[in-house]
Amino acid sequence: MTTSNISRRTLLRAAAALGVSAPLLGACVTGGGSGDAPAARGERSPENPFGVKADAPLEVVVFKGGYGDDYVKAAGQVYKQRYPGAVIDHKGIQQVGDALRPRFVANTPPDVVDNTGAGALDISALAAAGQLTNLAELLDAPSWDDPNTTVQATLLPGVVEDGSRDGTCVHLNYTFTVWGLWYSKSLFDKHGWTYPATWDAMLALCAEIKKTGIAPWTYQGKYPDYVTDPLLTMAAKTGGMDLIKALDNLEPGAWRQDAVRGAAEAFAELAGRGYLMPGSEALSHTEAQAAWCQGKAAFIPSGSWLESEQQAVTPQGFQMTMGVVPARTASDKLKPAAVEASSTESYLVPAKAKNVAGGLEFLRMLFSRNACREFARTAGTLPSVAGATDGLTLSSGLGSVSAAVKAAGTELVSFRHRGWYPVLRKAADDAVGELITGRLSPVAFTERVQQAADALAKDGSVKKYTR
Amino acid sequence: MAGTPARRVGRPSRARPGGPALGFLACALLPALVLHVVFVLSPYAQAFYLSLTDWNGVGGTARFVGLANFAQLAEDSLFLAGVRNNLVLLLTLPVATVAIGLFLATLLRFGGRSGRSGVRGARFYSIVFFFPQLLSVSIVAVLWGFAYNPNSGLINGALRAVGLDGLARSWLAEPGLALFAVLAVLIWSGVGFYLVLFSAAIDGIPREYYEAALLDGAGRWTAFWRITLPLLRENVQVAFVYLGMAALDGFALVQIMTVGPGGPDGATEVIGLSLYRTAFSYGKFGYAAAMGVALFFGTLVFAVLALRAGHRERVEVA
Repeated sequence: MTTSNISRRTLLRAAAALGVSAPLLGACVTGGGSGDAPAARGERSPENPFGVKADAPLEVVVFKGGYGDDYVKAAGQVYKQRYPGAVIDHKGIQQVGDALRPRFVANTPPDVVDNTGAGALDISALAAAGQLTNLAELLDAPSWDDPNTTVQATLLPGVVEDGSRDGTCVHLNYTFTVWGLWYSKSLFDKHGWTYPATWDAMLALCAEIKKTGIAPWTYQGKYPDYVTDPLLTMAAKTGGMDLIKALDNLEPGAWRQDAVRGAAEAFAELAGRGYLMPGSEALSHTEAQAAWCQGKAAFIPSGSWLESEQQAVTPQGFQMTMGVVPARTASDKLKPAAVEASSTESYLVPAKAKNVAGGLEFLRMLFSRNACREFARTAGTLPSVAGATDGLTLSSGLGSVSAAVKAAGTELVSFRHRGWYPVLRKAADDAVGELITGRLSPVAFTERVQQAADALAKDGSVKKYTR
Repeated sequence: MAGTPARRVGRPSRARPGGPALGFLACALLPALVLHVVFVLSPYAQAFYLSLTDWNGVGGTARFVGLANFAQLAEDSLFLAGVRNNLVLLLTLPVATVAIGLFLATLLRFGGRSGRSGVRGARFYSIVFFFPQLLSVSIVAVLWGFAYNPNSGLINGALRAVGLDGLARSWLAEPGLALFAVLAVLIWSGVGFYLVLFSAAIDGIPREYYEAALLDGAGRWTAFWRITLPLLRENVQVAFVYLGMAALDGFALVQIMTVGPGGPDGATEVIGLSLYRTAFSYGKFGYAAAMGVALFFGTLVFAVLALRAGHRERVEVA
């Protein structure tokens, strides 16, 4: 072997010099180009309110999760019937954030995005960065089915609010998720149990259930947020809309209010009286839900996706049913039928998209009655357009969800701070996990979350929202 | 490597500067070097730059904020919990894995009755111990998640089967136990590799040493302490560096196995998980990059210390 006089040191030095100059080699994360200018709009007409150019290509990127993406493909076919010249590039993917982050940064995003799933982009950050089209134009446009009704008038309550940042609507959510307590109606009928309307009745029923050897409750201990939802809903029923606003707006002392402390005491009592299935605190959602489906526990908290999630393991004749969180006091400010509901599955049109008009038009059509019915039928979930499930034969779970939404009327509860401030959300969920395992007293729980909320309110680096 | 003769190599005649060797070297190294610069060094450099900004991951611009991100790290209780847990892993994982690996390797090589041969079926054991290396981390995490299940898990099942119901626990849901449950999995998945590594190294030690020591009346323990360990010094050192890096990570196991993840209540938080959450759920990429830079320097300091600590005169085996 011959060696030359290039020492390792010289090589390293050269490499280091190259490394230091690497940022100059281009491909920097924050060095986005300006992208192409958006395509000009065509003629506007009542049938074509956004002036879509008939031959403009359209790129649609959707999250392909539990609901699949067939309903979007079907919608694409309808779009093509109206604009035969348009070529639709449809992509159904799982990691929306990973795929689209570089494209947003480079200012070359697609025309329609369903920003959902574990790897979704931070919508607040996108909105703050001016990356999202204001959807006011879409909301005011005539709906696809009825030119005399606007798109906004067809949506369930809260959908526009859910999609708004600083008073501007920047995304529209496609599905309507409802939270509650789930039970097997056939099991209850067999034992002659009725779903409790008040918390006192719940505790009395739990004592009954425990006598039969069935655990009254189980929960998805690995992810404590499953318990946070019913706990906050119970607090909201007691404290009313004022309490919800106080929590969302990070008002001082919001978490210390009696309504929150009382709800925390109620859930701590479940643990204290031994009404929770042993080991629940360590179970994943699949493990806890499987135990519940096997009849080892009577109640489990969850959202309306539970039925489709459990499809493969639900026994015949189980009659999965959702009940609303029982009222804790006789002087609750909201009616007992009030239910936590909010829209999910966020559709948006990027501001820098090549075909903004096409994107808006695609959404106008996706939120049409037919497209929503198709979705409800295939996904077994409530769409966020009012009356979309009318006349469909619904499964027991979806039927109970649909009935709960009807019974609640306008008293649909949702907690914006959980979407706005993921840091506070995590702090609250961690504290709930400690509360329900008895490691944290109800008073200490409210104190801890209050401190997290106060710290967040003081943190100038986080953008604040109000409702 | 211990066991290889450390002969001094005579200096070869120097090639003319800029001779054919230089051209050949440049051609051979350049493609790899370019790839390395574009895909490794440049992202590193960018991460260092981003850690000084408030980039949110989706905007095309980032504001320069100086060292504000690093100042915030010191007050971030969850991040500090992650640092604490990573330090606990750093103090336990390398020591435990190396100790068990050395013990098993010695057993496989000299565990026989006479103290000169291995236990029967040594090859079989080393293959079995190596199995976890063949599984991806995520599969290991999922399998152990099942094993730790408090109601239907293997561990509590075994305890109950032998009448030790009192010892059955919610392994991953008790703050005092969760981190050690993760540590056990890290050790379990690492031991096999180091067992094989140390076995190979022990094979490189001439048998005569042991024979001589045994003739002089040394017990097995003395033989291990006075012969095996000094001659395996370099292997152990490398093992410490690698295991230290693994201890400062732990992200994948914690993310998949633990309550929260990172819980209960931050009990299993690791720096990598804080970083991931800060970037991908909180959208604070600049702050997350600062965590990454902090972790980078932490790992670097550990590696230097580990290599320095083991620096000694080489034992000559001629």
